[in-house]
Amino acid sequence: MDFSFIVTQLISGFTMATLLFLVASGLTLIFGVGNIFNFAHGSFYMIGAYFGYQLVSVWKVNFWIALVAAGAGAGLVGAAAEFLFLRRIYGRAQEGGFQILLTYCLILIFDDLVKLIWGTEYKSISKPSGFDGALRWGDLSIPTYNFAIIVIGLVVVIAAWWILSRTRSGRIARASAVDREMLGSLGVNVPLTLTIVFGLATALGGMTGALAAPLRSVTPGAGIEVIIDSLIVVVLGGMSNFWGAWLGAVLLGEVNAFAVAYVPEWATLFSYLVMVVTLIFKPEGLFAPTRLRKV
Amino acid sequence: MKPMLRLEALKKSFGGLRVTDEVSFEIQPQEIAAIIGPNGAGKTTLFNQITGHLAPDGGQVFLQGQDIVGLTPQAIVKRGVGRSFQIASIFPDETALDNVRVACMSKLNQTRHLWRPVEQFNQATEQAHAILQSLGLERQADRMAYELAHGDQKLLDIGIALVLEPKLLLLDEPTAGMSPEERQLTRQLIKALWAQYRLTLIFIEHDMDMVFGIAERIMVLNHGALIADGTPDQIRSNKEVITAYLGEEA
Amino acid sequence: MVGSSKYKFGLLWSIGLVAFALVPVLMTSRYQMNLANHILIWGLFAVSFNMLWGVTGMLSFGQALYFGIGAYSIGLFVTHAGKAWYLAAIPIGLVTAAVLSFLLGLLVIRVSGVYFTMLTLAFAQLAWQVTFKWYDFTGGDDGIQGIIPPGILSNKMVYYYFVLAIVFLSVWFLKRLAYSPFGLILRCVQQNPNRVRFIGRSVKMNQLRIYVISSVFAALAGALMAGVDNSIHTDMFFWTTSGEVILMSVLGGINQFFGPFIGALILILLEDLIGAKTQFWPIFLGTIIMIFVIVFPKGVVGEIRHLSHRWRTPGEAGGRHETHASA
Repeated sequence: MDFSFIVTQLISGFTMATLLFLVASGLTLIFGVGNIFNFAHGSFYMIGAYFGYQLVSVWKVNFWIALVAAGAGAGLVGAAAEFLFLRRIYGRAQEGGFQILLTYCLILIFDDLVKLIWGTEYKSISKPSGFDGALRWGDLSIPTYNFAIIVIGLVVVIAAWWILSRTRSGRIARASAVDREMLGSLGVNVPLTLTIVFGLATALGGMTGALAAPLRSVTPGAGIEVIIDSLIVVVLGGMSNFWGAWLGAVLLGEVNAFAVAYVPEWATLFSYLVMVVTLIFKPEGLFAPTRLRKV
Repeated sequence: MKPMLRLEALKKSFGGLRVTDEVSFEIQPQEIAAIIGPNGAGKTTLFNQITGHLAPDGGQVFLQGQDIVGLTPQAIVKRGVGRSFQIASIFPDETALDNVRVACMSKLNQTRHLWRPVEQFNQATEQAHAILQSLGLERQADRMAYELAHGDQKLLDIGIALVLEPKLLLLDEPTAGMSPEERQLTRQLIKALWAQYRLTLIFIEHDMDMVFGIAERIMVLNHGALIADGTPDQIRSNKEVITAYLGEEA
Repeated sequence: MVGSSKYKFGLLWSIGLVAFALVPVLMTSRYQMNLANHILIWGLFAVSFNMLWGVTGMLSFGQALYFGIGAYSIGLFVTHAGKAWYLAAIPIGLVTAAVLSFLLGLLVIRVSGVYFTMLTLAFAQLAWQVTFKWYDFTGGDDGIQGIIPPGILSNKMVYYYFVLAIVFLSVWFLKRLAYSPFGLILRCVQQNPNRVRFIGRSVKMNQLRIYVISSVFAALAGALMAGVDNSIHTDMFFWTTSGEVILMSVLGGINQFFGPFIGALILILLEDLIGAKTQFWPIFLGTIIMIFVIVFPKGVVGEIRHLSHRWRTPGEAGGRHETHASA
């Protein structure tokens, strides 16, 4: 077993984990705060990737500016979607089902719109200048861009954790998961909060899409795998568990990286396997404290 | 004779808040007991621990001598404990008849049948009609449960509980939200049901007419603790009870 | 009144049956019969799906898994074991679906709500991945062609009536189920699971039962489909297939037993119409369904019934709740 090989896989897995976590946290943020399940979250990831493509490859904007702009663009689309459509179904009986439906419609529309605007061929974004090389340490070679992703990811993670636990907005966000009405009676503008949070979550998803784009190609229909990956992360980490989700993402990223290295054809099977095993033995998440089961 | 229900030093806390504080009492078969206390005294929480909805932190609950702590609500129902809820727990999109009929079919173990229509199950249907009649809801049998008046929904709730022929029936604020006339009717109804079905009855109430009207035994809860337990006369003259109620009631 | 609605119901039922039976007689092109065949099969698929969602409140986004199993059971047997296996493959597929849905069901009913939905999606996608990648065995993205029903069933018209008969019997069975004690307890599970426990029934066991039943009928629909287009494709496992029955149910009305069937009819006809004019059918579909979700949540059948009820009994408050799976 080659040391540098293992390290390469570890880094690659960690990069993947970062991307997974960034995407999954957008999803869990809006679910935790607004009790909205954004089934179309993957579509915003995709939109972010396309915005990134348009900005970087077509309009030749600086990569890092484009990254933020793509995220912002996706966020605006998300906020608009929430304001125009999702808002109409709040408070309905069976709201969860209708949410999934509505966001499913968004997937259909966005996926096709993207084809309409950009066509169906795979697009690509090149890595930003200065980051297309690799760091070398003897035998080891770590692509600089992967490194950048990991750093960005860590920054976002720490910032998110800080905001959620240390600031008033963060506490409000965590509290609103419990009861929208109660929050309203505390003087918080609930509709505005939901729109903003939704926008932030989709911005995060879109930015991640743009961030990941140089590593993969930009295609329509990438969305569903994103949702499932996020689901696996959440199953592993537990739905309401911030650090658990992060650990879950790391686990999934690493499992995936090593699986791809050894059994590339069946790598995805391993991810599912890990999820199934977790569900059977520890449905509340691998890293959640074992809930005292009520007999 | 074994008591129908015996609680021994039952306790429960949520976070730092003690919601059930070493509550102990015995209820004899066919006794009618009322549990009263200011809002937030922990009355419903107490019920929840008896019916298996909530696990106590400590203490014991004996049903006819058997320890029932840790059993699922289903299992406790099968042992003869029935319950109605503060907010009527019914099936809103079924008819009043079906609300009771589904319970009847459950008792007769008929809910697995998947071919014959519900209407053809005569025994369950007749039983359901009988119960609706004893509740005075017969005329509304074919109305959707969500259309029923709030008070009737609460009666329906009781009806569903009665189907399972409980030995012990726990009613959580059965007259809440009713008009004075409805309360009086319900009071008489509950007394009649108690006699008809030979129930041991414990009810939570704020309606003092009902409490002093039909209960032979009153228990007073405050801040999770049992501060008084006795006959109506004893409770009426109990100073602590008066303070608890007048001092804290909103 | 119950009596008159039963009479009216029997009438609609008969009209529908006759209408479908007349298609091969009145059609002007083979294509129409093929379309009607699709409507029948998707109608069955959607109705069986709605037993899970509209009736019991379980939004499964993975019924395509069983649909695919039904279809691929035939496809794989015919390819690897010989054409003689066509008919035998059908019950084999159904049993496979039953066993798999039982095992998976045990797993997925441990969670509820969005979690349940996403989990069913994940498993169906897993099946898609496996089928897609296992080229040697399943033909992967090429699918399997040349699946021809044996004997007289190879005649398209005979096969059409075969499908009609099976769909009719299946839907009839599911309708009886909806009105049986089991159907009642399922609706109660959706409306008040706590109370169901308090009358001594297991919520989970009932959910498992309907999950298996629904999945077996999904597999049956898949098996029938294999013989209509004489080919199968991995797309049958894809999440959009699971999505189709969901959309059909919404369109028709999830709280009406026949809603999903009507939804299938409308959706397939619409797709035929609009799909011929543009390749951007998904945008239309998404927009239409979104309009329904926001403005007409009761679906076509539901809204029509609601309107006709209001028309006949003016002044009466409209039903706010409508989760009752009625005819």
